[in-house]
Amino acid sequence: MMWRLNQFKDNTAVIIEYGEKIPYSALLHDSQKLAEKVKDRCLVFNLCSNEYGSLLGYVAFLNNRIVPVMLDAHLDRMLLNNLIESYKPDYLWLPARMKNEFGYSVAYESNGYALLKTPYEKVFPLYDELALLLTTSGSTGSPKLVRQSYQNIQANTKSIAQYLDLDETERPITTLPMSYTYGLSIINTHLYVGASMILTQKTLMQKEFWQQFRDYKATSFGGVPYIYEMLDKLRFFRMDLPSLRTMTQAGGKLSPELHRKFAEYAAETGRKFIVMYGQTEATARMAYLPPEYALAKVGSMGIAIPGGKFRLIDADGNEITEPEAVGELVYEGANVTLGYAESGGDLAKGDERNGVLITGDMARRDKDGFYYIVGRKKRFLKIFGSRVNLDETERLIKSGFGDMDAACAGKDDEMVVFITDKTKEKEVQNFLEEKLNLNRLAFRVKYIESIPKNESGKTLYAALEKFYD
Amino acid sequence: MTNLEKYINAFTTTFGIGESEVEGLEYQQIKAWDSIGHMSLVSAIEDAFGIMMDTDDIIDFSSFEKGKEILKKYDVEIESV
Repeated sequence: MMWRLNQFKDNTAVIIEYGEKIPYSALLHDSQKLAEKVKDRCLVFNLCSNEYGSLLGYVAFLNNRIVPVMLDAHLDRMLLNNLIESYKPDYLWLPARMKNEFGYSVAYESNGYALLKTPYEKVFPLYDELALLLTTSGSTGSPKLVRQSYQNIQANTKSIAQYLDLDETERPITTLPMSYTYGLSIINTHLYVGASMILTQKTLMQKEFWQQFRDYKATSFGGVPYIYEMLDKLRFFRMDLPSLRTMTQAGGKLSPELHRKFAEYAAETGRKFIVMYGQTEATARMAYLPPEYALAKVGSMGIAIPGGKFRLIDADGNEITEPEAVGELVYEGANVTLGYAESGGDLAKGDERNGVLITGDMARRDKDGFYYIVGRKKRFLKIFGSRVNLDETERLIKSGFGDMDAACAGKDDEMVVFITDKTKEKEVQNFLEEKLNLNRLAFRVKYIESIPKNESGKTLYAALEKFYD
Repeated sequence: MTNLEKYINAFTTTFGIGESEVEGLEYQQIKAWDSIGHMSLVSAIEDAFGIMMDTDDIIDFSSFEKGKEILKKYDVEIESV
């Protein structure tokens, strides 16, 4: 079993929005009941939201060798249908309010969630060590999933719990979806130590969130860069939050100004601010900046987590050892995932990475051994914490808008989409908001007469930069 | 521009919606008004009226109507139609 819930049976596992406390013994009981309905190892889509039903499903599946694909319950329906078509899951586990939207029969209901039986029966064989599948965050409609093993999750969970020094007195409040690797790692690590999780669907911008934070005495939260921008906007530093101990940050590079502000706040108020770095491909976490260095090393994402190792390589794959030189970051550790799946047939695949992940991030290491991300090798942006592949987005637009040419470029937190049909600006904006499930403020759609290209027809992205503003 | 026009304008430009859609609009009712959209809406309103809203008001600003009430505290009177 992934988690020994029995060991903590009298502890509170979950505090839900209106304050009810659910002990580990109930979580164990509820998850076992669900697992009995599924019977044996197969594929289930868990449509996640930050409520108890979603969590008990996750626990039931992982503890009983049932393989969940963790998806956002708000995922665009067409993209969800594509995933169902590609992977043919045996069941869907989803908020009961959605149970009639699929035409599948309801096999079981519990705590606001429903188990739907699809017409599929173990269509694709599952590799024996395969535990869990996650999207590479920020879905662009590609059916690509990251394959994580039981060992991956155990190794990463143990390492994170160790460097964050977690124990059963912790009470994180959710600020991220559990279908997102960072949100899920917070759940994994706190289940592992027997702590209590405050599950809320409210956002930072709602007074109910802060009410729950104070009433249920939250000790920590995690945030991607835009969450820290919001906290700054909300004048977080003036809020009275006596229970708060720790703030963690991941999901993209925080601006050095904000990093410094939060590190100073933490130093002044006796709290911890911990900048971290990771990818779904490494289960969740690869690096952290120990809180005692938060101010001394502003802008750094830290050092490898316990059990992990970094190196930098040049374009020929040779290791770079001198300080301050930029190279591609390579990580080694037991949390490096098995590989990707592009369709159901790939679920039988074994370990394709053997513990080595070439991250695609360009980094430098200072003389004290701390790492700094300086850029990216591949064409993607991190928008509001989600990875968005620019080439895939481009394909999505081209397939949605027929003859119109398009090019996607931009900087983090803002994609600039160039299109060659002036009348389609708003339509493209709406289309992307819908398909990528991201706020429309993430994209700026701009008309351009023609997309600059080289002789072989490849888009010259550098030539587009001057049109960003 | 009247205060009402400025107020409506903050919603329509931030969320990319028409003027007819703002009446009765609530937080999270449309995709564009999520926490990210909220942060931009607050900035747009602060800029439009030259004010700085308190945290409690930012997190209490849950609908088009509620916002009008909150702005009164900052001596911004939104005319009724």
